[in-house]
Amino acid sequence: MTEVIEFIQQPWPWWVSGPLIAYVMFSLLYFGKGFGISTNFKTACCMLGSCTVSDFFCFDWKEQIWNLTFIAGVIIGGFISAQYLTPDPSVAISPETIADLSAIGIENPGSSFLPEEIFGTENIWSLRSLVFLLGGGFLVGFGTRYANGCTSGHAISGLSNLQWWSLVAVIGFFIGGLTMTHFILPYLISL
Amino acid sequence: MKYLRFLIMGILFGIILSKGEIISWYRIQEMFRFQSFHMFGVIGSAVVFGILTIQFIKRTKLKDYNGKQITVSTQDPGYARNLIGGTIFGLGWAITGACPGPLFILIGHQGWVFLLAILGAIAGTFTYGVFEKRLMH
Repeated sequence: MTEVIEFIQQPWPWWVSGPLIAYVMFSLLYFGKGFGISTNFKTACCMLGSCTVSDFFCFDWKEQIWNLTFIAGVIIGGFISAQYLTPDPSVAISPETIADLSAIGIENPGSSFLPEEIFGTENIWSLRSLVFLLGGGFLVGFGTRYANGCTSGHAISGLSNLQWWSLVAVIGFFIGGLTMTHFILPYLISL
Repeated sequence: MKYLRFLIMGILFGIILSKGEIISWYRIQEMFRFQSFHMFGVIGSAVVFGILTIQFIKRTKLKDYNGKQITVSTQDPGYARNLIGGTIFGLGWAITGACPGPLFILIGHQGWVFLLAILGAIAGTFTYGVFEKRLMH
């Protein structure tokens, strides 16, 4: 048993995680549901009473209880993984990425899952951290609703269903991501 | 109890994305710099297996657990909304280093800090809903 746990505790290669994600999509389809995480943000707006502001949020949120339960599980899964399955929190990113990120002021890239100076609790009320969390989150919420899907809906389900418009959305993901990474992020990090 | 299966699937999804390091800000940076195959391998193999899965469902007319024909729900076609919306999401993805699934996983991983990102995302979704009819789709 300990050998099994030690085996699981290693970082998983892409050819393990990728097919398992497709399996999660299949499980949801088998139980009559479509894979779509960003829909939960819309459900949250609906539950908070946004229907009075825009009829975009007028629907019966109870139809989405399964999805809210799913993300509750997702949070628990993250907790279990961090507490019991990840004894070594470092991420083996490429030397080029380490060099590039060090050059724009990130300390010890790859020593944990994310840069603690930005996402750690001690600096959380700094302007930079708030821009990264609230500002980044805002763009994620606005963009996914505009495109009507995120990585799960478009990149995984949409491309798997051979929808050309999901390919357009994924091209958009990269236009935005490349622009941010190469032209804007260095300024945000220096905030 | 009928929701228990979704809780379990969510837990599995959270563990898969954590152990696959898809929730790592560094992995997303590496992807947008084209410096490793890891993220392309994850998304690419998920899509390849996904295509095979959906073709299998369609060709065998596979029924779900209720005996109903499985339908793959689709988003709206259209260049404008997918390209513009996708680009705005991409800008955010490169900042947070996490798409919506990982944002939730990171609450379990890193703690309450990521509730701020969820709050931002709810505000963004709300803003879209308010301006929906005035935006180009």
